[in-house]
Amino acid sequence: MMLILEKRSEQSRAMTFLSPILAIGLTVVIGGFIFAGLGLDPFKALYIYFIEPMTSLWSIEELVVKAAPLILIGAGLAICYTANVWNIGAEGQLTIGALFGSAIPVYFTAWQSPLTLVLMLVLGAIGGALFGAIPALLKNRFGANEILTSLMLVYVAQLLLDWLVRGHWRDPKGFNFPQSVPFEGWQLLPLLGEGRVHMGAILAVIAVFILWVMMSRSLRGFEIRVIGSSPRAGAFAGFSQKRVVLFCFMLSGGLAGLAGICEVAGPSGQLQPTISPGYGFTAIIVAFLGRLNPIGVLFAGVLLAISYLGGEAAQVELGISDKTAQVFQGMLLFFILACDTLIHYRIKFAPGRGAAGAA
Amino acid sequence: MSGSAEYLLEARNIVKVFGELRANDDITLSLKPGEIHALLGENGAGKSTLVKIIYGSLQATSGQLFWQGQPVTVANPGAARDLGIGMVFQHFSLFDALTVTQNIALALPPDVDIGTLAGRIETVSNDYGLPLRADALVADLSVGERQRIEIVRCLLQEPRLLIMDEPTAVLTPQEANQLFVTLERLASEGCGVLYISHRLEEVKRICHDATILRHGKLVSRVDPQQETAASLANLMVGAEVAAVKTDRGGKTGKPLLELSGLSLPTDDPFGVALKDIELAVHAGEIVAVAGVAGNGQSEFFDAVSGERPTANAATVKISGQACGKENITQRRRRDAAFVPEERIGHGAVPDFPLSENVVLTHHAVAGGVARHGMINRAAAREVNREVTQLFDVRKGTPDPEARSLSGGNLQKFVVGREMARQPKVLVVNQPTWGVDAGAAALIRQALIDLARNGSAVLVISQDLDEIFEIADRIAVISRGELSEAYPAEDMSLEQIGLLMAGAHEKSTSGVAGS
Repeated sequence: MMLILEKRSEQSRAMTFLSPILAIGLTVVIGGFIFAGLGLDPFKALYIYFIEPMTSLWSIEELVVKAAPLILIGAGLAICYTANVWNIGAEGQLTIGALFGSAIPVYFTAWQSPLTLVLMLVLGAIGGALFGAIPALLKNRFGANEILTSLMLVYVAQLLLDWLVRGHWRDPKGFNFPQSVPFEGWQLLPLLGEGRVHMGAILAVIAVFILWVMMSRSLRGFEIRVIGSSPRAGAFAGFSQKRVVLFCFMLSGGLAGLAGICEVAGPSGQLQPTISPGYGFTAIIVAFLGRLNPIGVLFAGVLLAISYLGGEAAQVELGISDKTAQVFQGMLLFFILACDTLIHYRIKFAPGRGAAGAA
Repeated sequence: MSGSAEYLLEARNIVKVFGELRANDDITLSLKPGEIHALLGENGAGKSTLVKIIYGSLQATSGQLFWQGQPVTVANPGAARDLGIGMVFQHFSLFDALTVTQNIALALPPDVDIGTLAGRIETVSNDYGLPLRADALVADLSVGERQRIEIVRCLLQEPRLLIMDEPTAVLTPQEANQLFVTLERLASEGCGVLYISHRLEEVKRICHDATILRHGKLVSRVDPQQETAASLANLMVGAEVAAVKTDRGGKTGKPLLELSGLSLPTDDPFGVALKDIELAVHAGEIVAVAGVAGNGQSEFFDAVSGERPTANAATVKISGQACGKENITQRRRRDAAFVPEERIGHGAVPDFPLSENVVLTHHAVAGGVARHGMINRAAAREVNREVTQLFDVRKGTPDPEARSLSGGNLQKFVVGREMARQPKVLVVNQPTWGVDAGAAALIRQALIDLARNGSAVLVISQDLDEIFEIADRIAVISRGELSEAYPAEDMSLEQIGLLMAGAHEKSTSGVAGS
């Protein structure tokens, strides 16, 4: 017997939905083997990792706090990837967005008005969008590969943040700790309820809805899909690939910047040398797991948030490295990309073939 | 089980099933040494599948191949070459930046001596009347010369059977004549030729025997010498092919599409620059641009459509308005419509359903498909329904993905999509390339009807039969230069051949036309 991949005449709609589920299943099974290899009870470990985070109110709130930035960024990246524009630098755009927005409380510490918060959020989005425009312009002008440039700019952004919080933007009353002044009042996002859930979650849901309408109903969304699927046909339709590259980078950069300022004006409450546990990178997986569809991203964001919480829980309860979370995320992306083959191909079993030559 | 030793190749009861489709359903074909055997059929009739099975790129689901009377299994193209089967494909696989010798060496077994190869290439190519310079760069060669490379590549391996897939599609009439001489010489030496073509006149001219397929089934085996082109076409299509009504001599009106001094440098090292093109297409007429592939047709199309705007607005005028600097969307708003050569990936997005492919060219123009930046899907589906009904686009579901349609059906869709707007100016590149006879007749009739209703139609085509069938005036493009457009009734095949070879180019002093 041998396996044959046979091209389908049309994409399989069923596999579009089944592929991520299959990938999650494979990730869990292989994860179980990895836990067993580490000498742990795989069922207990998997329970702690994937189920426990959803068993208490506290952890569900924490899930929302972590899912919000993933969804915000992932929705923007989904648009990018639909257009075949490979923004890998959302983490950097997030950082610059956080810096732009934080300029208000750092320089105008005493200014307290609802407008303060609005301006911070707007500046955050603008900062992320402008930083996202850099790889777009390099690609459009010089043909520079956006995967490399956007990724390298992440380190530029992180070093800039590090330099500011240890230098000019350091809190004068902060005992030399590398952090900015603590944000207060209208410099912080209003909380929803008693816990840590903040307005960012609402912004994420709004963004998902707007992007979904854009992609499914608007000419702009159509343009993005055409350019991503068939650039030559896009040119024939009168669409400009360069304009789409710039638009996608600024859109996803802006959303990453918004996620960045929401992090510092939300859970952190001030600038620190590290403001994100890699949301910008994890959001890449969110975008793919969500089928590059904004609504799908909503669910995928929650799932990846579980892997963060599970990683923390595993660290505490099982005493294993926090890198486990990244291993799971990596496996998940690997399996999604592999399972996506089945959207365009079907697997067939064929009887083994005899030797070539005369029969 | 054994075959008849009389035959060089026998394919008996071949069945090939893809999913639910029976691409070949019990097909039997046999071919004697020294015979030129035509394989005829519409697109999708199963010709390619059968040939791929013979050449070893596909394996039959059931059925048996016999080679010189012995049953054989052809596991892959390498095994086919070992038997002595050579194939010249419709689309060449040559490296532009390498020489003729290097290209041929790449396809030969690794133990071939490269040192003496150049000499052998020149000897074989001269012997068979296919002159080639072994050290020439492929990029500098015409399409006809490139095809010679492919043929010589096969001849070097001394084939017993040569399979040719639509070889004359890319040749001038003179080049085609030369090819026929070569094929006849090969046949006289005992080599069998399996000849796939749509062009019934040439099948009648050179083939000794013909196998006709339709919808994957064997329809008939005939002697082409005893048939007429019309009777062969009827066998292929399975119904009378409607003759196109030309109704020449309709009145022409004012010029709707004018090109003057249109030049466009190329940014691709292997592209063709357009030089000083002059042409006017009037309301009510069809002007055809003939030419051998690769002489600037696609660049010409891009410049006229606005995919590549020019620096000077006055070089292109639509309805008297200068629009050389405008992009394709702005030109569409001037009531012009365009159909590119490549239907997959240029004229249509393969992964999109047909209704979304309607939006591709209708979003900028009146008709309600898009308004205020939002798409009206219902309107797009309605346009799709009209187009597919009017142009008889056959499909399994109401709104399938473009790539699931056969070539002919997708071509009817991309032409019909533009026709649905009743544009004042229509520019079509290769309207019926790779399309079966029935679909081609329908498309040509639609082009004529559009012109008779007062539109200006510009057709770029490599199919001279088509051009003579529909064009009121004919111009010829050669190396980026366009000849004057002469009335079709004054043109002969020989004159077009001369123009194709560059008789009108400004560097030469040739005179063509009358």
